[in-house]
Amino acid sequence: MDPMPKIVGAVKTRTFKKGVHPTDYKAFTNAEKIEYPPLPDNVFIPLQQHIGEPGRPLVSPGDEVKTGQCVGRSDKYVSSPVHASVTGKVKAITTLPHPVGARAQMVHIQRTGEDEWDLLPVPEDWRTEPLENLRELVQEAGIVGLGGAAFPTHVKLSPPADKAIDAFILNGCECEPYLTADHRAMVELAEKILTGMGILMRVLGVEKGYIGIETNKPDAIEAMRACCTRIGLDVPVIPLQTKYPQGAEKMLIQAVLDRKVPAGGLPMDVGVIVNNVGTALAVTEAVTEGKSLVQRIVTVTGNGINTPKNVMARIGSPFSHLVDCCDGLKEETSQVFMGGPMMGIAQFDLAVPVIKATSGIICTTDSISEKGKTLPCIRCGSCISACSMNLLPTRLARLTEMKQLEAAGELGIDHCIECGSCAFVCPSQIPLVQWIRVGKYRLSQLN
Amino acid sequence: MTEKDNRKDPSCNDREEAERKEASPPDPRLLIISSSPHQFGPGSVPKIMWSVVGALVPAAGMAVFYFGLRALWMIFVCILAAVATETLINRLRGVSLSIPDGSAVITGLLLALTLPPSFTFSGGALGAVFAIAIGKQVFGGLGYNIFNPALLGRAFLQASFPVQMTTWTLPNTARFGETDAVTAATPLGQFKFELLLTDHLDLLLGNVGGSLGETSAVAIIIGGLYLLLRKYADWRIPAGFLSTVFVLGGLFWLVSPNQYPDPVFHLLSGGLMLGAFFMATDMVTSPITPRGSWIFGVGAGLILIIIRLYGGLPEGVMYAILLMNAFTPLINRYTAPRPFGEEAA
Ligand code: SF4
Ligand code: SF4
Repeated sequence: MDPMPKIVGAVKTRTFKKGVHPTDYKAFTNAEKIEYPPLPDNVFIPLQQHIGEPGRPLVSPGDEVKTGQCVGRSDKYVSSPVHASVTGKVKAITTLPHPVGARAQMVHIQRTGEDEWDLLPVPEDWRTEPLENLRELVQEAGIVGLGGAAFPTHVKLSPPADKAIDAFILNGCECEPYLTADHRAMVELAEKILTGMGILMRVLGVEKGYIGIETNKPDAIEAMRACCTRIGLDVPVIPLQTKYPQGAEKMLIQAVLDRKVPAGGLPMDVGVIVNNVGTALAVTEAVTEGKSLVQRIVTVTGNGINTPKNVMARIGSPFSHLVDCCDGLKEETSQVFMGGPMMGIAQFDLAVPVIKATSGIICTTDSISEKGKTLPCIRCGSCISACSMNLLPTRLARLTEMKQLEAAGELGIDHCIECGSCAFVCPSQIPLVQWIRVGKYRLSQLN
Repeated sequence: MTEKDNRKDPSCNDREEAERKEASPPDPRLLIISSSPHQFGPGSVPKIMWSVVGALVPAAGMAVFYFGLRALWMIFVCILAAVATETLINRLRGVSLSIPDGSAVITGLLLALTLPPSFTFSGGALGAVFAIAIGKQVFGGLGYNIFNPALLGRAFLQASFPVQMTTWTLPNTARFGETDAVTAATPLGQFKFELLLTDHLDLLLGNVGGSLGETSAVAIIIGGLYLLLRKYADWRIPAGFLSTVFVLGGLFWLVSPNQYPDPVFHLLSGGLMLGAFFMATDMVTSPITPRGSWIFGVGAGLILIIIRLYGGLPEGVMYAILLMNAFTPLINRYTAPRPFGEEAA
């Protein structure tokens, strides 16, 4: 018998403290195989799709580009290059609406035919390749955290020398409702993901790896365990209670390792690096196939889309292209979000492109305006019981409203991870996290 | 990148945008923009408040059962007065009507349940008006009041009509008509002044003298447990309150059983059950932090025992809770949780 299930069997369903239980709506797509839709005729590659410095364009209108060719980058370390996601001709470098808000510079590429790949040089065997080369490959491939934060992965892979890293956690929680991109990836592409995990662990020099998956994805837990056994990778798959925000790094680390990242600190402060399932997949494709990050799995879902699907989408595809691949929006659809419903961003224009952080496109028919009017705080304490960061959302929101930003700062407003749990539970429908965002911003302007 | 960029300069990149629109024709529909989260839990203020009203139905039913239709009329009068006052003040303040949130109905109902069976209707109405006007609206309405409005209304009546507010009738004698109601003492009064102990079963069922809705412990517990299960009341408050009364009352009893009542009698008599489950747990006037809820419950229990055993009054639930209400802001301040990971830093 294989040893894995025994190790795993000893572990109970763990979780973090507090949090909320939103209805998960995953049934729309959690059994839908990842589809490969037709390539879009036009893509718009934003020069900034990550946390850090935006890139400068490397191409000009009229240039021919190949799939995977770098079209924008910056010299700064905390940044990430962007690549052409189709083979075609650069039409323009323009400023257009960006899915995270406002407008941003994008490279407009018109597709001229099927893919001709511009591949990165791949090592013969990543198990023996010098670590420096692997790290550089990850950087060149433009890999960022695909869970939503889009933090450049090569930066995460280079912790300062004084931080001893002893554990790696693969984040397969996907705790946001609706999203099933990571879920399907784990079911269908387990081996690629685990290869990526192996590469990341080797680069970091860590021995101990863990895979955290919420229990609402039993088939993913099964598939990952089976695959671990098959390829002889000795990492436990840890089933985690289905609770939001289980996938937030600090909560995940508490659940899996029972370590507490200090307030204002990073996972590496407790010797841990967390990476998302999608990121591991992208690492494998870069290191073993030489493919830059030009595509990702996107869940197109919600009660407002005709055929909900998980699609492998090219970065830069207009949302409308993917919506069309899913048979279009329903007549009564009134909202479209990028990302999950708890932290996602509402869109007003479906011409915006898919970016590296686009985990889902959610189309819903129920609008927020039906939510009822905001009442005064009845001091029920629900927001406090919900806040996994142990903050006082009602107080922070109120202090922001009254412009007492220093007091809000003392109560730890900066530690808010903007998960939205507080606003989710508030019976008075007070826009708590919205106020807190304002407060964090204003406080940063003060200092 | 501010909103300004979006709005003020429509000419910016018009050409490119037009080209892109051509490349991928836009969906003509208007999409609603909102800030995350875009999904919400099932909780709402009306749901909470009307659930509290529902949870009080058993106690109200027992009031009518023991004290007759007059009890029903009293409940009706108090609710009506509370709702009318709230509506009037809403109008005067020019704010939207707050009756649908259910909180005014709770105040009226709770007040009625704490009144003696033979209390006058006009007195009840006056108490309800005071509770809403002074107890709640003066502070700014729902969510802003410091004291539980129903208890404040009752305190006002107690101060204004000390005799009527302590004149009790026995359940069955009062049941068929208020004219020949026989006055009697409450179990707590009997003990305090005559050292008479009432049967526990009678206390549990409510077959004793007392305020309309306070006599039947079992009816209150049923409603209270419902609230705790639905998480519409913080269990720490009744837990802290009742266990403190039980333990402290028990200590006194163990030391001198002849002088002090037993702890079960403490729990079941007077307004403790109603107070612990329905008044102390009032969200607005109790602490918002979990640790604060413990302190609130235990503190109320302490004060209650002191009043019951050493005070001049037989009963002190009302004062115990009102006093703790006053401490609530302070408790909130000193029990604020520290941000995640700050302890470790
Ligand atoms: S205060 Fe911040 S961290 Fe806490 S629940 Fe609200 S959004 Fe989440
Ligand atoms: S959840 Fe809403 S009503 Fe309850 S304490 Fe927090 S802010 Fe106030």
